[in-house]
Amino acid sequence: MLINIQKMFKTYRMGENAVHALDGVSLTIGNGDFVAVMGASGSGKSTLLNILGCLDTPTSGTYLLDGVEVSRMSRAQLAHIRNQKLGFVFQNFNLLSRTSALENVELPTFYNRGFPGRERRARAVRMLERVGLGNRADHTPAQLSGGQQQRVAIARALMNSPPVILADEPTGNLDTRSSVEIMTLFKQLNQEGITIVMVTHEEDIAACARRRILMRDGQIVA
Amino acid sequence: MNFFMILKVALRAIFRNKTRSLLTALGIIVGIAAVIAVVAIGQGAQAMMIKEISSIGNNIIMVFPGSRTQGGVHGGSGSSQTLTAEDGENIAQDLAHLVRAVTPVVRTGSQVIYQENNWSTQIQGVSVDYPEVRNWTAEDGVFFTEADQRAGARVCVLGATVVDNLFTSASPVGQTIRIRNMPFRVLGVMARKGSNTMGHDQDDVILVPFTTVKRVLQNSIFNNVNMLMISLHSLDDITAAKEEIGALLRQRHKLAPQAPDDFNSIDMTEITNTIGSMTKLMTLLLTVVASISLLVGGIGIMNIMLVSVTERTREIGLRMAIGATPSDILLQFIAEAMALSIVGGLLGVLLGTGGARLVGRLQQWPILITESSVMVAFLFSAAVGMFFGFYPALRASRLNPIDCLRYE
Repeated sequence: MLINIQKMFKTYRMGENAVHALDGVSLTIGNGDFVAVMGASGSGKSTLLNILGCLDTPTSGTYLLDGVEVSRMSRAQLAHIRNQKLGFVFQNFNLLSRTSALENVELPTFYNRGFPGRERRARAVRMLERVGLGNRADHTPAQLSGGQQQRVAIARALMNSPPVILADEPTGNLDTRSSVEIMTLFKQLNQEGITIVMVTHEEDIAACARRRILMRDGQIVA
Repeated sequence: MNFFMILKVALRAIFRNKTRSLLTALGIIVGIAAVIAVVAIGQGAQAMMIKEISSIGNNIIMVFPGSRTQGGVHGGSGSSQTLTAEDGENIAQDLAHLVRAVTPVVRTGSQVIYQENNWSTQIQGVSVDYPEVRNWTAEDGVFFTEADQRAGARVCVLGATVVDNLFTSASPVGQTIRIRNMPFRVLGVMARKGSNTMGHDQDDVILVPFTTVKRVLQNSIFNNVNMLMISLHSLDDITAAKEEIGALLRQRHKLAPQAPDDFNSIDMTEITNTIGSMTKLMTLLLTVVASISLLVGGIGIMNIMLVSVTERTREIGLRMAIGATPSDILLQFIAEAMALSIVGGLLGVLLGTGGARLVGRLQQWPILITESSVMVAFLFSAAVGMFFGFYPALRASRLNPIDCLRYE
């Protein structure tokens, strides 16, 4: 199992009341899976994704990622895990402005101590070619369309060859045609063996995944 | 991230906002420039004073004969005849750990003649160690030798002013001049030394072995001298040296414990002390001015770094998401603040040295720009960047990546 979550709780204090954003979630995701997480806003899907992404730690429960228990790690250790095991794709792309597509893609390797510096550029070019933007390496985000920007973000997520890509509403800011392109790309990457966990509230986007998870009130209901 | 990457990212962040960076660094630029300029001008003035003092002879103690009391009658200062060249030799030998060299000085004045020219000047009888004591050497020809001194030879070395007035063109070395109608062979010409602090022309002099002055010019059977000039190894030893010289002379002159000294010694300590206290005061003032300007500059940097951290919250969040550790973020922002202040410091050094040179040229002031003042300014500006950049960087490193990524 690539991802194994057992009896996970995440509780926030809101004044007197305790809010259970995650209320005893258990979930396993196998290698090469493509999971869509769905649910209304406030259902806990973002919290789940943040914890899956090692950006947040649970109140209780265990999280084995690629065989490593990460739920009690320090911030620096989690940063290392994110760098090595996870690729992020955001709704709003989160590219560095006034920075070329190539340099945006290179970024994760700067925090990867094991990555040989002289292979950085060549690999970034290959990743851009893989998402079909080999001829846009010098463009800054402002010179690219939304769909192109998201593809740059995907190239960036692939840079350190992580086993898992986490996508938070990857098509939320895109028109239909670009959305289809991105999902085609995701399916292709999934076929190449990359595990994808994607949060979305659009039915037709979720339909691209192999497996669907529906969340409500901090629990997985389907 | 390795060092070069951090530096590259920091420099890029600075150049992205050129105007803002320049305005931020302005506090540092002006502060450093002011310090560099004032130090350059101050050190120039100090170096000139020290040069003047060392033209008298650095680290020198002068011992004069004191007053003599005979049968209740006080003679005037210098009336004592007990100070001799042997005293000087004894000081040089016994106090070698403090004393570099000693020369007696016997003064007389005379008209000197070369062919149809004549000139009235001071004749100084000195020993072979005189050039070492005064840090003053023969430029043309040579100084007289120990053999000349033993023999009381009729040889002389001329000061540049004497040469100007006696000789029109040819080199005086090897020529013969007449002092009190006696022929003296010119062995050499001293390097030009200029006026001393009192405005006295030090080149208007003829140097002769003191033995020659005593035996030949003064026809004297006594061996007393007008002065002993004693140069020390180090200026720091001056108090100790004065005490030991005094003790030695009292012992040699067989003075009873309660008897007053039959000599007076004078040194450059007072002048040196004055310069020292002036320097200290200036250093203190400069430190205050520099601290205030760097404090103001540093606060400017801190302010703009806090703005920058807020502006780039999403970037911080993204960098954390893709693997930046809190210390990576901390280093990145400290590097940025340091790059700002170091670039400011460098510009300040350029502006300050340029300004000092300009003032030096326009006002004819001596300017001295030392490497150490530039280095100190540079290191200080780097330290300011590190100190004032730390808090904003710490804040950035403690941000929560989830909040950062959601930040609008």
